[in-house]
Amino acid sequence: MDLVLQLLFTGIGIGAVYALVALGFVLIFRATNVVNFAQGEFSMVAAYLMVVCAVDLELPYWLSFIIALAGMAVIGAIFNLGVYYPLRHRTYLPVIIATIGASILMANGVLALYGPQPQVLPGWFETPGIQLGPVYLDSQYLLIIVVTIALVIFNYWFFEHTMIGKKLQATSQDKEMASLLGISVSTMIMVTFIYSAVLGGLAGLLVAPILFVSIQMGSTIALKAFAATIIGGFGDVTGAIIGGLALGIIETFGAAYISVPYKDGFAFLVLVLFLVFRPQGIFGERVAEKA
Amino acid sequence: MSTSSENIEAVVITRPKPLLLRHAPYFIGAAIVVFLAASAQFDGYILNILMQATTFAIAVFGLSVVLGLCGQINLAQAAFFGFGAYAVGIGTTDYQLSYWLCLVAGCVMALVAGAILGLSTLRLGGHYLAMVTISFQQIVTLVMINAIWLTKGPDGVSKIGRPSLFLSSQSYLAFCVAMLALVGYIVWHLPETRLGRAMRAVRDNELAAGVNGIDVFRTKVYAFAISAVLGGLGGGLFAGGFAYISPDQFSFAESIVFLTMSLLGGVASPIGSAIGTGLLILIPEWLRFLKSVPGLYLAIYGLSVILIIRFMPDGIWGFVTAAYDRMRSSKKVAVTSAPLQLRPATTGGEMVLEVTGLSKHFGGLKAVDQVDISVRRGGVHALIGPNGSGKTTTLNVLSGLYNATSGKVVLDGTDVTTMPPHLRAAAGLGRTFQNIRLFRSMTALENVIIGAERPGNTLTGKGDEAALTERALAALTFVGLGPRAMELISSFSYGHQRLIEIARALAANPTLLLLDEPAAGLNSTEKLELHELLKRIAAQGLTILIIDHDMTLVSEAAQHITVLNFGRRIADGESMAVLRHPDVVSAYLGTD
Repeated sequence: MDLVLQLLFTGIGIGAVYALVALGFVLIFRATNVVNFAQGEFSMVAAYLMVVCAVDLELPYWLSFIIALAGMAVIGAIFNLGVYYPLRHRTYLPVIIATIGASILMANGVLALYGPQPQVLPGWFETPGIQLGPVYLDSQYLLIIVVTIALVIFNYWFFEHTMIGKKLQATSQDKEMASLLGISVSTMIMVTFIYSAVLGGLAGLLVAPILFVSIQMGSTIALKAFAATIIGGFGDVTGAIIGGLALGIIETFGAAYISVPYKDGFAFLVLVLFLVFRPQGIFGERVAEKA
Repeated sequence: MSTSSENIEAVVITRPKPLLLRHAPYFIGAAIVVFLAASAQFDGYILNILMQATTFAIAVFGLSVVLGLCGQINLAQAAFFGFGAYAVGIGTTDYQLSYWLCLVAGCVMALVAGAILGLSTLRLGGHYLAMVTISFQQIVTLVMINAIWLTKGPDGVSKIGRPSLFLSSQSYLAFCVAMLALVGYIVWHLPETRLGRAMRAVRDNELAAGVNGIDVFRTKVYAFAISAVLGGLGGGLFAGGFAYISPDQFSFAESIVFLTMSLLGGVASPIGSAIGTGLLILIPEWLRFLKSVPGLYLAIYGLSVILIIRFMPDGIWGFVTAAYDRMRSSKKVAVTSAPLQLRPATTGGEMVLEVTGLSKHFGGLKAVDQVDISVRRGGVHALIGPNGSGKTTTLNVLSGLYNATSGKVVLDGTDVTTMPPHLRAAAGLGRTFQNIRLFRSMTALENVIIGAERPGNTLTGKGDEAALTERALAALTFVGLGPRAMELISSFSYGHQRLIEIARALAANPTLLLLDEPAAGLNSTEKLELHELLKRIAAQGLTILIIDHDMTLVSEAAQHITVLNFGRRIADGESMAVLRHPDVVSAYLGTD
């Protein structure tokens, strides 16, 4: 029982990271109808920026954190201008191929600049964690869970109660109508990309002390986050969060009770089961193309 | 709208020579290349490069089928390549099996894996396919590394065997080149076949493909499976050629290399694939020094993918052929075809279409609510109503694009209520779309040939190329566009595109033709000509169900009218009586 509670805690912590990246997927998908296959690379690049600032340059942790997130905002903007925006009038296929190209470019660009050695990033807190009854709460996992909850609340407030959030929603629902109402669609798409890059970056910074900072971390996280969005229901914000948490828990239990080397395979297995039996996910509706 | 046919030289589409004769130059050329590969004295380095290029090209041909022809993405080609390679590798070493048996087994394994992957994913959107193929690729890599008892893990498999017939590297290369030539021939010829045309139709417009009788899902699964098999074949040949394989040769990065090869050369044709493969194997050899920095190569590949997609979406070969096409003037065709025959099936009773209690709800919205429609054989029946009254939704339910919430649809005695679009087309339903849906990368003739290919069309004789072409030309001539049959869709005006869509539906010899606002967007002259065309169609006894806003057109063409408002039927009957019906007048003009 103790082990179960401990695994549950770990699973929720990892799941929260998947949920954050999945949220970035969903936001871009809703704004542009395109899945950004480089979403995971945002996490990886942010983690490397953090390693450069906090470890190599020995800047204070909080300052490195801010610099890394600011860097992600810039990268999000460049990504939009270089990859998505020129192709916005084409069908989805060229766009996803371009985002795949961007993901390869980012991963291997970092590899070329920084080398293949995985890096270690210390956690935010000195204290490793606290013992709560039978469960040991690791401080980094606690931080991840708290930040994710805070972000979900912020997201809700941002999209439902601020003007810019409402404009973003309007843009994602009907671009033509939004532009007729005087909303600058290209600005809104730009904001979406920047916001998603920062979200992905944040997830990377939070998870980096738990994993090693490596070139592969981006694609691993992206794969799980995408599975999370399908499990939750494609394009649905709540679904992305629930799906992410579910996947984190499944994976942690799978690794503990079934097999460690194939840990990364469970996400795929769950994904396929959902695709076959409930492709619309937990919360999604089946959408048909309009004739 | 009419096309003058006076100033056209009498160039008839030349009767095609027998296939074997037309393609003889290809086989002669291939034989010469195979002979050269077998006889020239290459040193080991060159031999390796050629071996790699040949086996990779076969896998890239697979991508040109699934991505180029069918528009579906496959990011696991290296995994399928690995299936073939490991089958040959493990089979010929650990199990001492015959090379041929292993090669076939590798292809079958790739085929089965590809088919399962396709069957579970291809009903969903392209994003799913991309992510699922990436996941699949990762899983295969995980197994290759971790299942050491089977794959020997990261150490890889060495001392892989070759068939006794081709033991020397030189002769084995010649064998690989021969296989490449054979596969190249099939892939080159595929777009002209029924399956290849179906793939292109699916790529250009899935909805239109479905209502023209193409089983969209099955076509995609075939394309995906063919791609997987070619991956497996290439991998099997690769393993024999290099005698050593390891997991990193079949990683996601290699899948991206395959993708870049096909995009660079031009994904739509095997020639492009071959060019791309050759370049991306040679260029890294020339720029060896770049290899000293890990990651730099793939970073450049990633950047190239973005740039190619942005600036040269059809690749090098697409660029060349586009320039060549601009220099050639488009071919004009003099029409010598027989007049179009429409011989709608006459198996059922007096009513061709009987719709009872049909409803379609979207959540709480009742877009179509308990509607009955009966369409009499040989007549023109109009479905009218104000905007948002549910006309187009009704048509979409009738043609199977939406599932009915309740009710029953009987077409010529067959209950089609639960059939998918392509089976309804096979049962005799034809339709056009309000927003024209043509296959944009094809010529007018090819578009109409796809219509003529409808399963169940009794007027195409043996269904061979000549009969289909003749039928399609007759349909195009019927709408006045016969002489422009060989032109691409993009060169036609809006009104002409609408006519091509009608010709595509007519070529299928449907039992019932659904026309969705055919007059929308046409000017007054074009409308008159459309009206005249409808009369000629009706004169041949074809039953038509038409939606339109143009009351003059509707009242003159239709004998019978059904009126919808807010999803419900508010009037039905002989046209003049219906148009004077007080409910209809108030629905259109409002009440005091």
